[in-house]
Amino acid sequence: MAEMLRIATAGSVDDGKSTLIGRLLHDTKAIFEDQLEAIERTSEKRGDEQTDLALLTDGLRAEREQGITIDVAYRYFATPKRKFVIADTPGHIQYTRNMVTGASTANLALLLIDARKGVLEQTRRHALLSSMLGVPHLVLCVNKMDLVDYSRQVYDEIREEFTQFAAKLDITDLSFVPISALAGDNVVEGSANMPWFHGQPLLGHLEDVHIASDRNLVDNRFPVQYVIRPQSAENRDYRGFAGSVAGGIFKQGDEVMVMPSRKASKIAAIDTPDGPVEQAYPPMAVTLRLEDEVDISRGDMICRPQNQPTVNRRFDARICWFDETSHLRTDIPYQLKHTTRWVAAEIEKLHYQLDVDTLHADREATTLEVNDIGRVTIETASPLFFDTYRLNRTTGSFILVDPGTDLTVAAGMIIGAGGDPVTEEATAVTTTKPVAENITFHPSKLTREARAAALGATGATIWMTGLSGSGKSTIATAIEHTLVSAGRPAFMLDGDNLRHGLNSNLGFSEEDRNENVRRVGEVAKILAESGTVAIASLVSPYRAERDRVRAIHEEAGIPFFEVFVDTSLEECERRDPKGLYAKARAGEITDLTGVGAPYEAPTTPDLVTAPDLEEAVRQVLGLLP
Amino acid sequence: MDETTKVRPTSVELGDLDTLEAESMFIIREVAAEFEHPVMLFSGGKDSVLMLQLARKAFAPAPVPFPIMHVDTGHNFPEVIDFRDKVVAEYGLRLEVASVQDLIDRGIIKVGHELESRNRHQTRALLDAIKDGGFDAVFGGGRRDEDKARAKERVLSFRDKFGQWDPKNQRPELWRLYNGRHRKGEHIRVFPISDWTELDVWRYLSREQIELPSIYFAHDREVVDNEGLLMAVNEYFPLPEGAESHVEMVRYRTVGDATLTGAVPSRATDYESVIEETSVSRITERGATRGDDRFSEAAMEDRKREGYF
Repeated sequence: MAEMLRIATAGSVDDGKSTLIGRLLHDTKAIFEDQLEAIERTSEKRGDEQTDLALLTDGLRAEREQGITIDVAYRYFATPKRKFVIADTPGHIQYTRNMVTGASTANLALLLIDARKGVLEQTRRHALLSSMLGVPHLVLCVNKMDLVDYSRQVYDEIREEFTQFAAKLDITDLSFVPISALAGDNVVEGSANMPWFHGQPLLGHLEDVHIASDRNLVDNRFPVQYVIRPQSAENRDYRGFAGSVAGGIFKQGDEVMVMPSRKASKIAAIDTPDGPVEQAYPPMAVTLRLEDEVDISRGDMICRPQNQPTVNRRFDARICWFDETSHLRTDIPYQLKHTTRWVAAEIEKLHYQLDVDTLHADREATTLEVNDIGRVTIETASPLFFDTYRLNRTTGSFILVDPGTDLTVAAGMIIGAGGDPVTEEATAVTTTKPVAENITFHPSKLTREARAAALGATGATIWMTGLSGSGKSTIATAIEHTLVSAGRPAFMLDGDNLRHGLNSNLGFSEEDRNENVRRVGEVAKILAESGTVAIASLVSPYRAERDRVRAIHEEAGIPFFEVFVDTSLEECERRDPKGLYAKARAGEITDLTGVGAPYEAPTTPDLVTAPDLEEAVRQVLGLLP
Repeated sequence: MDETTKVRPTSVELGDLDTLEAESMFIIREVAAEFEHPVMLFSGGKDSVLMLQLARKAFAPAPVPFPIMHVDTGHNFPEVIDFRDKVVAEYGLRLEVASVQDLIDRGIIKVGHELESRNRHQTRALLDAIKDGGFDAVFGGGRRDEDKARAKERVLSFRDKFGQWDPKNQRPELWRLYNGRHRKGEHIRVFPISDWTELDVWRYLSREQIELPSIYFAHDREVVDNEGLLMAVNEYFPLPEGAESHVEMVRYRTVGDATLTGAVPSRATDYESVIEETSVSRITERGATRGDDRFSEAAMEDRKREGYF
């Protein structure tokens, strides 16, 4: 079965993007002879030296005459494995607006780098936008390899530089391909010129990249789009709720709940025009029928009773301003479209404008203009049923329309509920519950005492918190070494190390940091329960999150010790082992704890220690039972 | 374990045609829900047949909740008109006809001679019919792979009160959050099959076994080679002086005004063979068959700006 893959491409004028697309289309036979002849004629008329393949995508008269691209163009090609839709966006003008448009529905972003020029500001900017728009896969094509003698070293350096930059972004799948779009190396066929490259050529990668699990198949969300009530005699009692599945898998017989009425019912049938089906998943367009008569209209959302979206009138979001003729105002009402609803909305506050080149958050900004990105709090006239954009691109996105002009002025991605304390509490409660259903807890038959007796050791968790560079990891490593040398099972959970694997999909937003802490807390608990001394070394800046980790340990009766490595910010900055403070001061990182993000020191730690290694190790070991 | 209780592996992946179908149905439902008076253009061509089929699916088991409109140049293939009337009767649809001939008769459109192309006049007829019918959304079967100007058009495309398209000033269109807001007198063109290619259309129509006008499949016809186009010789296209006609097995890849729509030589008498021909065709459907798009690179853009579909 062939799937459909949506690709967003971006690149600057000269990096060969059009040539690459032209080659993909040409080599997959998606260009027709009359199209080629037409652009040959135009090239000739313009006096180009060779046929300009960019003309294939530059569709408007103004673009062809001026040799520029002014808008998103869609191109199509197919192989026996997949159908591809390319949203081709210009790299130079209106880049943010167009790139955001193309990336909003993309499964994969394709960025080009000129091998001679390396990673440019524009590359970073496009990668940032892709990550912000939640594009799950990013492919970096290092192009024009023929002009650097197919040098492995050039490729490796670019790869290394970009990987380092990408670590700061929220990119889950990053791949690199060294290519020459002009000569055809590694585009459709592999390249004899680069035997050192063992990956797939670009097309093979595009055909094989796994996208099925990019969808949220856990949180059931069905925005009702249209109520179907035939008036005909044979279907008089039919009442179906038509829409497209935005998340999860709906099955016949499932218990469901309808927002906002919170009425419960069961799915009687999932209808399609070709007959009923057993299950529906994104992006299927189906019609649900319920067992009970529930009053449901367009804009309502069907979900599961145990797994509901956040319901709130206030939320924080990242928005990108699109309109050239207006700027963000906090004193006028906008119309907001979210899933299948329109509501009146006000932008309550602009928190900051994000500089897409430096990632610097400008908190002095008072407005956003076209192509600007910022973080805002929005209040709506009636509650929205939403998820964060990270969790669900459909239920986490919205547009703003100016009712005065009817123009789409901004696009937004929801970060979380607004600062309303009641909601924050409610969200906190729901997030500690399992979001997946049908999960039952299977208690083990072994007691912890039995394990301890068998191992001859008791597990515990030592939680080291402190600023970056405070010496946490050094102390943790020494403790681990000392314990294991003495024959006691111990294991260090290092925040940075875990971000390469278990937590590789997390960034440094508050939400992600909290999730990071939650995961490490759970893993530490399992290790400790098995009889190991788990030594977690994590900045873990928020008190509430550390307290939550303590709570799950106490609930399970496992010893937990919070150790505060109390090294002053000045000292950490002087040591700066990872060079992070230098970058933060240069504006390259915006959210380093202590510089751009808060650190909440423990109020009642089990131990406060200083970075003096021997003394610290001795103190920590003294805690253990 | 018997046949019926066997556990089937359940896949949650959707194929490309099913994905296209679902996306198109979403667009059609969205417009039906948000607009007061939508109308769907229907020429009897394969794209409009597909679009109508998707609309029927979107609202089943209820009927399609809006009328269809045929922009009639008066230069029709009789097979297509027969097909249109049959579909209208079978599906219980309401048909609006925007007649070019009617506008000519009323002196609103002036034509040089009876058989000149009426392609451009369709725009006038369409815009008048939209205005007279008070329609605020007009579904069209345009596809982005057809033409470069169409490749840049939005799914929901704004038209001012003169019916004009401003390609440089289009509303950004993100996710599936369509903005169809407009004032009285303005309208929105809707292209629910934007992302389908010619081959997708054929594969889908074949899979669903949907009936098409007979001229889409190979048949013997009296034709004449006219400036590279294979034109059927009939009342709308009399044999040019000095030219010689011949009978050849042909089919049509598109259906348009009979004075300028050409046929292609073909042996494809069923879906399977049409798909085979389409997969190996090296010429676009418009390039092969439409006199109207061969004048200049921007022919389509210019017509679209004026309000063409």
